[in-house]
Amino acid sequence: MSLALFALLVAVGSFSAGLLGAVTGLGGGIVVVPMLTVLFHVDIRYAIGASLVSVIATSSGAASAFVREGYTNVRIGIFLEVATTVGALVGAALAHVVPTSALAILFGLVLLYSAYRSLRGDSATAEVPPPDPLGEKLRLNGSYPDPPGRVPYVVHRVRMGFGVMLFAGMLSALLGIGSGVVKVLAMDRAMRLPFKVSTTTSNFMIGVTAAASAGVYLHRGYIDPSVAFPVMLGVLAGAVLGARLLASADVVWLRRVFTAVVCVLAVEMLYKGLTGGV
Amino acid sequence: MEQVIGRLLQAGVVLASIVVILGATLLLVRHGAEAAAFSVFRGGSSHLRSVSAAIIGAVHGDPGAIVQLGLVLLIATPVARVALTLAAFAAQRDRLYVVMTAVVLTLLLIGLFS
Repeated sequence: MSLALFALLVAVGSFSAGLLGAVTGLGGGIVVVPMLTVLFHVDIRYAIGASLVSVIATSSGAASAFVREGYTNVRIGIFLEVATTVGALVGAALAHVVPTSALAILFGLVLLYSAYRSLRGDSATAEVPPPDPLGEKLRLNGSYPDPPGRVPYVVHRVRMGFGVMLFAGMLSALLGIGSGVVKVLAMDRAMRLPFKVSTTTSNFMIGVTAAASAGVYLHRGYIDPSVAFPVMLGVLAGAVLGARLLASADVVWLRRVFTAVVCVLAVEMLYKGLTGGV
Repeated sequence: MEQVIGRLLQAGVVLASIVVILGATLLLVRHGAEAAAFSVFRGGSSHLRSVSAAIIGAVHGDPGAIVQLGLVLLIATPVARVALTLAAFAAQRDRLYVVMTAVVLTLLLIGLFS
């Protein structure tokens, strides 16, 4: 395959990934790395480097729109970024010693777990924990626009959310993903934020988390310009379109589409990791 | 503050994209017909592994280095966003969030320059 054809095909695939990633708040990276390794046979380290760069583009591109629309909670974002950046530096240190087949298996497991939680997300909303006094103390509570007015909300289980974010940051650095899945989980499930607040705040944080390990990847040669540019430009274009669609998007339906894609990619990644095809 | 953060993120991404598109166009014009071979990792020997190498290469018109410079600008965007947020919290005399943002910024700089 010529470099020009490779760039074109990767850009088209990345565009779809960016669209899905932005709308679900899960980031394009979770689809980009399996796509590059499974479909295009790119070494997983180049895939991780390119994905990481695209993750920053997705986050910043979509976040610029969300922040101005008032869905994003900047305080929650900063508070949880303390956890994700610490986790990212730990992950970047670990990434040096973890074999690539283990990375593929870990990636597959993360994808499967995402799919599982995404499916459960449709039904179980039974027990609501009491509001966390820490949320009041740290002034994390807020409100989001829902015409004609704004809907106030309180945060729950702040410590649990923070702990899950440490893990999210570590995964982000290890796999070159935004870990939006885990971030949304922490905010959606643990802290009980409204869905659009958790997806947009997650998007806001993803770029910072990715930037924490991006320098390390650059120095290690994971970021190859020829692989990274079609991924970055494709994902960015998809993310910009995704941001436009969010306000009117059907969340339940999108989660189902996401789950189906993720399941297929999870099986492929596990197979590659277990058979040493990475 | 939200408005300014939104604009900064947008400006960083737009600037980075322009540089990347420029480099990518040159790259495809000069090397587009060559075979794409990325199944074997050779990153350890890449000459574009630092910010300074990307800048020097870009000045000399190396298409790969121009793309890499755009990517470095993209990586710098969230770092600039955190710095701006720090200034905004400082202006509001919000001590708790100044400390939190300063911690995040320090960790980011450690990651980028270690």
